[in-house]
Parts: sequence; C-alpha cells; structure tokens
Amino acid sequence: MLSAQNFGESGKMKEYHYAGPTEHRFSPYAFNGGTVLAVAGEDFAIVASDTRLSEGYSIHSRDSPKCYKLTDTTVLGCSGFHGDCLTLTKIIDARLKMYKHSNNKTMTSGAIAAMLSTILYSRRFFPYYVYNIIGGLDEQGKGAVYSFDPVGSYQRDTYKAGGSASAMLQPLLDNQIGFKNMEGVEHVPLTKDKAVQLVKDVFVSAAERDVYTGDALRICIVTKEGIEEQNIPLRKD
Amino acid sequence: GPDWHCEGPPFPLSHGTTTLGFIFQGGVIAAADTRASAGGLVACPAVHKITPIHSHLVVTSSGSGADCMLWERILTREIRLYQLRHKRRLSIRGTAKLLSLMLHPFKGTDVCVALTLCGWDKLIYVCSDGARLQGDIFSVGSGSPYAYGVLDRSLSWSLNKEEAILLAREAVFRATHRDAYSGNNVDLFHVTAEGEGNREQPGVEPGFHGRKAPQTSTS
Repeated sequence: MLSAQNFGESGKMKEYHYAGPTEHRFSPYAFNGGTVLAVAGEDFAIVASDTRLSEGYSIHSRDSPKCYKLTDTTVLGCSGFHGDCLTLTKIIDARLKMYKHSNNKTMTSGAIAAMLSTILYSRRFFPYYVYNIIGGLDEQGKGAVYSFDPVGSYQRDTYKAGGSASAMLQPLLDNQIGFKNMEGVEHVPLTKDKAVQLVKDVFVSAAERDVYTGDALRICIVTKEGIEEQNIPLRKD
Repeated sequence: GPDWHCEGPPFPLSHGTTTLGFIFQGGVIAAADTRASAGGLVACPAVHKITPIHSHLVVTSSGSGADCMLWERILTREIRLYQLRHKRRLSIRGTAKLLSLMLHPFKGTDVCVALTLCGWDKLIYVCSDGARLQGDIFSVGSGSPYAYGVLDRSLSWSLNKEEAILLAREAVFRATHRDAYSGNNVDLFHVTAEGEGNREQPGVEPGFHGRKAPQTSTS
C-alpha cells in the first residue's frame, strides 16, 4: 500500500536502504494534486484550474474544480490537500460575510489577500497544506493576481502558477507573458482572448507531463461585467 | 495539534537570502537580493526583502518568507500603537528590544526570522534565536559570507553615496553568484537623517543567457 513514508520532499521516492523497523504515524495530510493558474490583464483576470482530484495512484474525481468564486470581482484557486482547501474556503466565505455585515461593503481583492495571509499564518505550526492564488480586479478595475505560500507569505503578481505542475508552467509563463529570456521581441500587451488561449495551451502541456493534472480545465474570466466560466476537456489518462 | 506537527509539513517553505546593511558618513545603506526559494524551486524572483517601517527606519528580512512578512506587520502595528499612546516615536533600540521580546515565546520552534533594523545612524540585528546586536555592518542569510568578503575589503566610513551604493550592489551580486539560494536582482535603500531615500532602481537583469531572436532577412 502506497504511503507518504516512501516519498520524500517533492514526491520523489526515497532511496531504498534498510534502516530498521519504522513506526508509521498517522499523517494528517494527504496530497490530492491539481494545478492552479492566474493571469492579470489590463482590465481582466483569469483564474484556471484542472478538475482532477487524485490520491496516490487513484483518481477520486474527474470533476472537482479548484476555483472558488469569493465575490463578483475575486476568484480563489487552491490546490494541495483537498480537506484543507474545503475548510479554508468555508472560513474565507464566513469572514467575507462578517466583513459585509460589519462594514456594509464587499471586500476588495487586496483586502481578501491580506486577510488570507493572516488566516494562513494563524496556523503557522500546523499549516493548511494549500497553495493559494487569488485572481480578480483591484479597486481601479485593473487585473490583480496575489500568490501565497502555505503559511501566508504573499505578494501581488502579473501571473502565477501553483500546485503540482507549477514548476513546469511558471517558466513557460515567464517567457510568454513576461517576455523573459528573449531578446528582440516586441512586448505586446496581453489581450483577454490571447490570454485565454495561452491558458488552454499551457494546461494541455501540463496534462501531458504531470500525472496529477488532467481530466478537464475550468477557466474563470473576471471582468467588470462579471465572471464567465468555461470548461475544456483535457487528457483523461 | 501538537503531536502531528512533529513530522513537519510535507512541503518546503521559502528560505535563503543575502541581505546587508552598513553605516557610512552619508547615512545607512541597506541592500538585499530578490529571490525567494522553496526547496529547489525559485518561488518568486522579485520579492522585496527591504521594507520601510516608517520614514526613518527600514528593515531587511532573512529567514522564512512568511515569518518575516507577518512579524514585520506585527512590529509595524505595535510601534504605531506605541506612537499613538505615548505621543512620541519609539527609538530604534526600543523597537529592536520590543521585537526581540515578542519573538522570545517562539524560541525553539520553526519560526525563523533574522531582521536588520536600519535607522539613519544605527544598525541593529534581531533574530528569533534571541540575538539582539548593534553594529556598523551586518550581512545576514545563506549568501552573507560572500557579501562580508566584498564589504570587509572596501568598506570605509568616508565613502561617498555613489561609492557606497556601488559597493553594496557588488557585495550582493557576488553573493548571488556563489550562493544557490540567492539570486535575481539587487534591491537597495539609502536611509538618511532626512528620512529614507527612495528605493534605488534595481540592477539590470543579470546577464542574458538565451538565444537572440532570429534576424528578419531583408532579401
């Protein structure tokens, strides 16, 4: 039976040598896979995730998207341990309601990001095993992306990939959206349609190379008109 | 609960840095690299590790990214409350002591915070192990030995502002070259008695190593 004990950091198998009998402790964490991606444009933001929920060699569900709508202008993507994702989103929803009732206004994207940082750090010694990325519109109506580590360190970005295929996607985004590591290329601003097509292409590539990413892609496009959702099939193997 | 965290969380947190600060005749220079690493991955290539706390105090951070970010936030809140309650600003030595006392309950845990408080005439290093030291020159982080090597050679009191800035950039750059966990750009602040100078422009993207785009032919 596959257990977390056989795997070291980053999911690689540990070298086999007999070190004596090992006591297996109950681990409160599990890794459920999944990849999340957010891109900020001039007047839009895109949050996309695959919809596969896995554990070890099994797939629990092919339709478990990792994008959660928080407000009309903010979407949260979370991947990692599904149990913590669910609890964290419940807590955030409750805090949003409390803020709405106390302050008579909806939380802005920046405020949600700052709040999420403190929520994550409150569990510094028993962390939420969740990689969060917030995508939405800031108070000026410009696209904003905020990326987090599991204990609350965060900052605003133009684009960010998180989750199991993040290390594969991020360099591609650096090149195609940030125009990094290329010379003599014109920096054209990213349009919404180009961004959506890029996100689709990038997830198709991720599904090819990462076993935990696949099945389908859910894209949430945030504009001042509202949040549009698209579903695109991905590899199911 | 307390039992479970003995195994530790199954993911790496962001760590690894080079920061430095020194005093000279023109005030204080604080410089740092901009890489945040999580295990072997560069989690972010453009992190701000130098944060202004108020107009005459900047803080360079090193250690765990989240711990530094949140503890700086807590420190800013506490010194602002002090200012409102006592109608005067807390001194840099008081700030350092306050931070050290706030971190003390977490000594022995995973909290990893090593900050250098840079005023216009004083540098104080505070870390979560309990150290609180005043000095003229500090470099903190995995790249600090390399930075010290460059600073110890050329640093003197009588440098002018341009020379001091160049020296700080060179020290951080050398550290990024040798230390795997430091890299990308150099962030720099110049603090004077008039108040913290503007954040100096980060250096150029370190060397382009890719292919040039193919030249369009004219024939």
